[in-house]
Amino acid sequence: MNKQPRAADFGLVVCEGCDLAVRQPRNNEEGFCPRCDEPLRRRKRDSLTRSWAFLISAALLYIPANMLPIMHTQQLLDRYDSTILSGVVLLWHNGVYDLAIIVFTASIFVPILKIVSLAILLIATQRGSHWRLRERTQIYRIIDYVGHWSMLDVFVVVLLISLVQFGGLALVQPLPGVMAFGGVVVLTMLASMSFDPRLMWDAHANANTETHSATDAAPEANIQTAAAAKP
Amino acid sequence: MAEANWVICKFCDSVYQRTALARCEIARCSQCGAELYHARRASIDAMLALTIGSLFAFVIANLFPIASLEAQGRSNEANLWQVIIDSLDSSAAPIGALAAMTVFFFPLTQLCLFAYVLSALRMDHIPPGFRLVMHTLRQMHPWAMVEVFMLGVLVAVVKLKDVASVTPLNGTWGFAALTLLLTLLNSCHLSELWDRADRIKSASA
Repeated sequence: MNKQPRAADFGLVVCEGCDLAVRQPRNNEEGFCPRCDEPLRRRKRDSLTRSWAFLISAALLYIPANMLPIMHTQQLLDRYDSTILSGVVLLWHNGVYDLAIIVFTASIFVPILKIVSLAILLIATQRGSHWRLRERTQIYRIIDYVGHWSMLDVFVVVLLISLVQFGGLALVQPLPGVMAFGGVVVLTMLASMSFDPRLMWDAHANANTETHSATDAAPEANIQTAAAAKP
Repeated sequence: MAEANWVICKFCDSVYQRTALARCEIARCSQCGAELYHARRASIDAMLALTIGSLFAFVIANLFPIASLEAQGRSNEANLWQVIIDSLDSSAAPIGALAAMTVFFFPLTQLCLFAYVLSALRMDHIPPGFRLVMHTLRQMHPWAMVEVFMLGVLVAVVKLKDVASVTPLNGTWGFAALTLLLTLLNSCHLSELWDRADRIKSASA
């Protein structure tokens, strides 16, 4: 794999608050960004521990979120409780395939994808794996991006509660499953925000420290121009 | 101490020298493929215009009912706050609070703060509390979920179609417009505003 010079090798750090590249004072680990006053950190604080904590909570809460019904529907004499999955099945049976696929993706596929792939990323990072770093970073970017779309089903329930209020004729009420599901979405978002993808690349860089200690004196010489690409 | 002409990839920590980009170009990290920065997509004026447009759409989305539902001769309609209050009154109050934060308070705060910062920067003035406002904007961004709520409205309307006659009302169009404008506004990076503030500071020094 071609090696790009890394900020850590030159004592540079990127500010979390404003994206500025800052040269970190040598002895002082915790400086502040000259532009936005944010504390400078080489890596996100306690990244792996926090990410694991949020992820394990999310995985545990995922069980009641899917087992418990999320809402109770009442239409004249017809009463039933629906879960996340049964809502998707109902849409599919009614022939609304496109929406069924969207809801399935947002409510079932994305949460599982997030929990499983974040767990894989965390384990691989802890083991210092060099395996497919570029693809792993891409997966992280995807799960970080799609996270909040899972809130879809929560919003649907909120809207249905309010619109379907016809006393004895028709009524929708929320059930505990929807709170568990909202919790899963928030926790997976926090888990992916806490994870620091640079830790994956640190393992890769540490394996090649000898090649880099020599270039420490002249950082500019190693810096290449970013490849510009049309979108 | 600051190295303004260097860029560091936030995903893999690679360092690059910043170069000028032509319109629509994006600089990507050659190591991990993440976006480093992109050519400026909107001027301060355009961003302010988007903000003001979004505020109008926000008012429409909140004042007008989202949809009306008719069943057995009775009809029922609700706007965003009725929806939020109904779920706060239900047995699942936390999700009502979640909806209030992610669909109302965070987007509204974001828009007001954008209007404040942009109108000052536009006149080459760094407003009081600039740093605090910019940090708040950054931290709120992932928690503003207008676009997800918009999709939720669509799913709810389709779900109700076979139970009763349902009509999307002006609030829905307000949310559609708000989704579009906020997406455009959020495609501009906050670092452009930081850079602008730097230029104003160095010009006045």
